[in-house]
Amino acid sequence: MTNSINEIENSEVLLVAGSNTTEAHPQVARRIYDAVDRGAKLIVIDPRRTKLASRAHIHLDIRPGTDIALLNGMMRAILDDNLADDLFVEMRTENFYALRDMLYRLDLAEVAAVTGVDQRLWQQAARLYARARKSVICYCLGVTQHICGTNNVQAYANLAMLTGKVEKEHCGVDPLRGQNNVQGACDMGALPGVFPGYQPVSDPKARAKFEQAWGVRLPAKPGRTLLDMTHGGGNGPVRGMFIVGENPLLSDPTMDKVRETMENLDILVVADIFLSETAQLADVVLPAASFAEKTGTFTNSERRVQMVRAAIPPLAESRTDAEIVIALANRLGYSMHYQSTAEIMEEIALLTPIYGGIYHDRLEESWGLQWPCFDRAHPGTPFLHKYMFTRGKGHFVPADHQRPAESVDEDYPLLLMTGRIYHHYHTGTMTRKSAALNRECNEAVLEINPADARALAVRNGERVRLASRRGAIELKAGITERVAPGMLYTTFHFAEAPINRLTVADRDPGSQCPEYKVCAAKVEKLT
Amino acid sequence: MDAVLSTCVYCGCGCGCYLHVQEGRVVGSSPSRNHPVSRNNICLKGWHLHEMVHSPDRLTSPLVRKGGRLVKAGWEEALDRAASGLKKCMTKHGSEALGVLSSAKCTNEENFLIQKLTRAVLGTNNIDHCARL
Repeated sequence: MTNSINEIENSEVLLVAGSNTTEAHPQVARRIYDAVDRGAKLIVIDPRRTKLASRAHIHLDIRPGTDIALLNGMMRAILDDNLADDLFVEMRTENFYALRDMLYRLDLAEVAAVTGVDQRLWQQAARLYARARKSVICYCLGVTQHICGTNNVQAYANLAMLTGKVEKEHCGVDPLRGQNNVQGACDMGALPGVFPGYQPVSDPKARAKFEQAWGVRLPAKPGRTLLDMTHGGGNGPVRGMFIVGENPLLSDPTMDKVRETMENLDILVVADIFLSETAQLADVVLPAASFAEKTGTFTNSERRVQMVRAAIPPLAESRTDAEIVIALANRLGYSMHYQSTAEIMEEIALLTPIYGGIYHDRLEESWGLQWPCFDRAHPGTPFLHKYMFTRGKGHFVPADHQRPAESVDEDYPLLLMTGRIYHHYHTGTMTRKSAALNRECNEAVLEINPADARALAVRNGERVRLASRRGAIELKAGITERVAPGMLYTTFHFAEAPINRLTVADRDPGSQCPEYKVCAAKVEKLT
Repeated sequence: MDAVLSTCVYCGCGCGCYLHVQEGRVVGSSPSRNHPVSRNNICLKGWHLHEMVHSPDRLTSPLVRKGGRLVKAGWEEALDRAASGLKKCMTKHGSEALGVLSSAKCTNEENFLIQKLTRAVLGTNNIDHCARL
């Protein structure tokens, strides 16, 4: 997020896109509802009628995968009404004329046809967003999990820059991070192309710094992304894997392909707290300690680095992932020794400019520090891009609507989206161990519109067969108007109904995000 | 009962939570009153944060595959097997044939070490995690 979570409650207009915030980010949703109570206007862009959408002043219920078309329409409305922030565009951005020319060529009737949204509605939303002094955009995986995910994000950034709604408190573009430490894992360089702090592995200067610190030569070529590893892309298949606390078998698209990759490995080593579906295929399983048994830091969605503290020692024979990695490194002939996790943090601070002032002792006596935090005297940064973008000038990238990888047809007439619900989390390895959460919800439900259910003669609560071109599962139907006619929605939490047997593996060429939000499917009544 | 201030593991909000400890067991969780995000409030998942810690399904010892089945093993044996397996694969197929998946559930310190292991020890940049999923 470029902002802090608490800034949201003081914004005047909130544009929330592709996020079921109420269920997936309860604290962010709380700020949104508080802001609305205080008179802020809420615009929701979502094909589903989520709880947030039902409270919105304007709900733009676009067809899945048509964000770019809608945003282009909104930006055109802003130009037509002369609501662009000309001074900001002039001083702080570049490539505006390319965007402007594209917008003036736009066929507005086509935008309405592609998105399925009334022109007046998006124009109204655009005016609302542009006219307020403090407008914030929050988006989540409904925007990114498309083959055009990078362009989708860019379209939202274009909108914010065109109206100058960045660089100020209560104004910005905020991706809501899904997992507790997904921000931190990215910051720490658990990515194929960058060292900690987003320093490119291909940059000789960055490499030289890490080579000197670690005393070894480091590879310059960016590595493979997750889907290249699990789906065997790139330079031939991977032959050996070390997987820590992940369950790709359930979480990755087209799961039969992932299983095939895992089964063909020469060696699979898994460290986890449970015997996950992936661990069951491993050659070696190492029992890891849970978060309650270790000390370290997590970085939340607003870039706040904060302490995690051990409440109890590791259970039974389990060890922390840090101990496991250190033991493996030493066995592989690389000497690795740390007295404590605080000492690891010192090494991070030395090598990572944005974490340069973050040390455990500083975090112990505060509610954490928001990066960038360059030195021990730096107070941290509640919102980003003040006075200047990281890259200098904000760059407009005009984008055209792109059709999703798969479209519906006669055989697979319904459009399936996947996501989360309130009571469970990701592949359920943790939440499904909780009796209380299982009591609330213990099985996958396929949301289907009453009109479609009627046409298929499916009753509420009945078990149905859901199929795509890649596979089929059985699950319970739940009839609801949260989904529009022709659309379906379900979760990926349940191993008994592994939805990723169905999903498409097509992905955005830039971010490598799979298109989880558009899959052609059909529903059949079980006899 | 002891209460240890920590951070919730269920989503990017990062609520401040107390873990309540009784006789060596984590028996409850509750929100921190002054934490800037949680402000004395956590969601249903947060209130049940402690429940998975002592789940009977927790792995209690290393497992090693023998004759097609995963059987209990000591740490020395499991680590030796893991290290030699990775090393053999590296010698035979090169570092590029190795892949590491780190975790958005691990701490920053652990993620740092995992990428260090991948780059400095295994000699490849084939490291990623579930950010895209």
